[in-house]
Amino acid sequence: MLDQNKEIVGEVKVIVFRLGEEEYGVEVNQVKSIEKLEHITRVPRTPRFVKGVINLRGVVTPIIDLRSRFNLTEATHTETTRVIIVAVGELEVGLIVDSANDVIDIPVNAIEPPPEVVGGVEAAYLRGVAKLEKRLLILLNLDKVLNTDEIKQLDSFEV
Amino acid sequence: MDMNQYLDMFIEESKEHLQSINSNLLLLENDPTNIGIVNEIFRSAHTLKGMAATMGFEDMASLTHEAENVLDLIRNNKLQINSDIMDVIFQSVDLMEGMVYNIIEGGDGSADVSALVGRLRAIVSGDLTPAPSKPAAGSAAADAIAQADEQAETTEEAGREHELDEYSLTVMRQSQESGHNLFWIKVSLREDCILKAARAYMVFDALENAGEVIKSTPTVEEIENERFDLSFEVVFVTEKSQEEIHKAVSNVSEVDQVLIENVNLKSEQAQAPEVKPQAAAPKAPVAEAKAPAAADAVKKPSASKTIRVDIERLDVLMNLFSELVIDRGRLEQLAREIGKSELQETVEHMSRISGDLQNIILTMRMVPVEQVFNRFPRMVRDTAKELNKKVNLEIQGAETELDRTVIDEIGDPLVHLLRNSMDHGLESPDVRRRSGKSEEGMIQLKAYHSGNHVFIEVTDDGAGINKDKVLKKAIERGIVNPATADNMTDKQIFELLFASGLSTAEKISDLSGRGVGLDVVKTKIESLGGSVAVDSSQGKGTTFLIQLPLTLSIISAMLVQVENEKFAVPLSSIIETAVFRQDEIMLAHRQKVIDFRGRVVPLVSLKEIFGIPDNGVQKGDDVAVVIVRKGEKMAGLVVDSFIGQQEIVLKSLGKYLVNVFAISGATILGDGQVALIIDCNALIK
Repeated sequence: MLDQNKEIVGEVKVIVFRLGEEEYGVEVNQVKSIEKLEHITRVPRTPRFVKGVINLRGVVTPIIDLRSRFNLTEATHTETTRVIIVAVGELEVGLIVDSANDVIDIPVNAIEPPPEVVGGVEAAYLRGVAKLEKRLLILLNLDKVLNTDEIKQLDSFEV
Repeated sequence: MDMNQYLDMFIEESKEHLQSINSNLLLLENDPTNIGIVNEIFRSAHTLKGMAATMGFEDMASLTHEAENVLDLIRNNKLQINSDIMDVIFQSVDLMEGMVYNIIEGGDGSADVSALVGRLRAIVSGDLTPAPSKPAAGSAAADAIAQADEQAETTEEAGREHELDEYSLTVMRQSQESGHNLFWIKVSLREDCILKAARAYMVFDALENAGEVIKSTPTVEEIENERFDLSFEVVFVTEKSQEEIHKAVSNVSEVDQVLIENVNLKSEQAQAPEVKPQAAAPKAPVAEAKAPAAADAVKKPSASKTIRVDIERLDVLMNLFSELVIDRGRLEQLAREIGKSELQETVEHMSRISGDLQNIILTMRMVPVEQVFNRFPRMVRDTAKELNKKVNLEIQGAETELDRTVIDEIGDPLVHLLRNSMDHGLESPDVRRRSGKSEEGMIQLKAYHSGNHVFIEVTDDGAGINKDKVLKKAIERGIVNPATADNMTDKQIFELLFASGLSTAEKISDLSGRGVGLDVVKTKIESLGGSVAVDSSQGKGTTFLIQLPLTLSIISAMLVQVENEKFAVPLSSIIETAVFRQDEIMLAHRQKVIDFRGRVVPLVSLKEIFGIPDNGVQKGDDVAVVIVRKGEKMAGLVVDSFIGQQEIVLKSLGKYLVNVFAISGATILGDGQVALIIDCNALIK
């Protein structure tokens, strides 16, 4: 019975994090770990949203600030600030978020395509918006967020 | 029998044997009467044949078999070597190489060998009247191997309780057919025997002197490691009688009992002749091949003290060790901070040991450049023939060792440079004669160590680089601005050879001059963390100098601090560190420069280049400078302070951050923080 239900409904497990007042989600299978923010080594001559690299248990991992990536105003880092380490294909990158506090299952049929702009974030970076009972969850399209072509382009502009 | 597990070994060994055949053939070409060399070649060919047949690569086995027949005639002085014969043999070796590469790529190693087999047979039969003689001792065993495959399916009747593979069985069967005695021997040692392995070794030694051990239970390795009880069993082929063998073995002290039995194979003797004709016909003239041939066919008790290790395991070991190096740095720092003498002593001791360990691991990954150089004599010979030039290749320092990863990559660039030297560097024989040089051109390939680097030089005594031609071409192709052309130094002009899209060969030959060339060499070598330079003098010759790092994973670096950030500068590019006073800094063309030992060196401020935020600490009057170099050029990197020299582990910044300006990678410091490694080459214009 249970299985049947699942089949009909279908669910995705997502990690929920906050940027300002908005709640966002990334699929749990793309998340490797959630870390506290520690010393970041700045890497010169990289786009503004690349904050640098950290030592993640012996692996040098690049860190980007999601607020800055989405052209939102950057916030000062606080106790709740977290780094979500995500892996997409061969890329492993840490995302700085205001806080990460929840893992929830959302039914696939609750996900709707994103409107043009949500909370100031361009639709291209989004996979959709999930309407839950009382919350609105913005699902990220990590492939787009971590697209390195854009970095290369930005690079040539800024340097 | 599943052969897959042996495939890697087969490929490795085949390559080695082909290489040895190749180099020995070249020696033979210069010294055709040296039978010793022929013997060497014969042995390699023989082993190759055995391996190919065992693995079921029939084409290869039959080709080697025919080649072996020719070689056998030569070594028995029944056939005079001439260049036709050499060429056929060279072609055979080439074809075999092709087969091995086909096998590496997952093919079945089949190829059309009929033409070459025909020619090899013609050599054998053409010059000699085939005299039917009884199959000779050694070659019989050899033929056995060639047939191993055909008979493979029919072998279930192993002698005694031994599990013999098809290979051993066939060897045994053939030996018996050719009148050898086949014994099963059980040797028991006395119970009070202390050095069992040593005694067993002596027994083996005695047996090896009298014949061939085909199989032993437990295996030779186990026996050598003393992993056996008091007795062991062997299957043995010999010409000697049972009594003689008994006596020989009993003579070894502390041997308690020697049991010898005849082994009878209920073999398919009726079938054997069926498969034989193909192998037997060319064998006829082989008259007196002796035991040594058989000696190669059967593995001797391992005399060699080396083992083969998968390179991946060494990589894993290296990675693990890298982690350790980081922790070592951390421990050293902690010990300094805590300042407790026992702790410091222990950490120091550990550092020393891990230093030794590091050396061992690094040297384990080192292989002589010989591996790469070996294939060049043959390539040079062929290319020279193609170009109708006479070339003498001189190799020096082939024993110089380099990291395996570098070795794997360096082959192609070197081939390119050698071809370039032969094609464009060396003149044709009559031009050389006219300019008073010997007709034979000389190419020197030299490798040597110096500091943390290995240098490889390719020198030719050809015409040298024609500067005007290079310049003209560079201007034509828009690589150089005609206005600046006049002011260029020789060195700068030579450097143009490495620019992409420049090829100075007047006519495009088969070998080089297609416009892709030296720039590819340069890119490749730089990707290995090395550099390449060229020097030339008109009419006298050209030298290409390649500089390579010894290893790619752990390097020595100088840690420096700028404001709150730490950077690592590879020691290999540092000439010196120095401190200057503010007033020693001068301006030239709005560029800050200093006078460093009489040379004007431009200063590069890391703070400005990397946009490092100010930490508000007042700077003194002194300026700390790291003098770095790229080839002949120098630059001074301005930093705040020197932290010290340290071994660092190279880590990449990952796939997300690619092509970061002037940063070649990162490392993890003792305190767990990441420090970026500065790519000095990018900072020196």
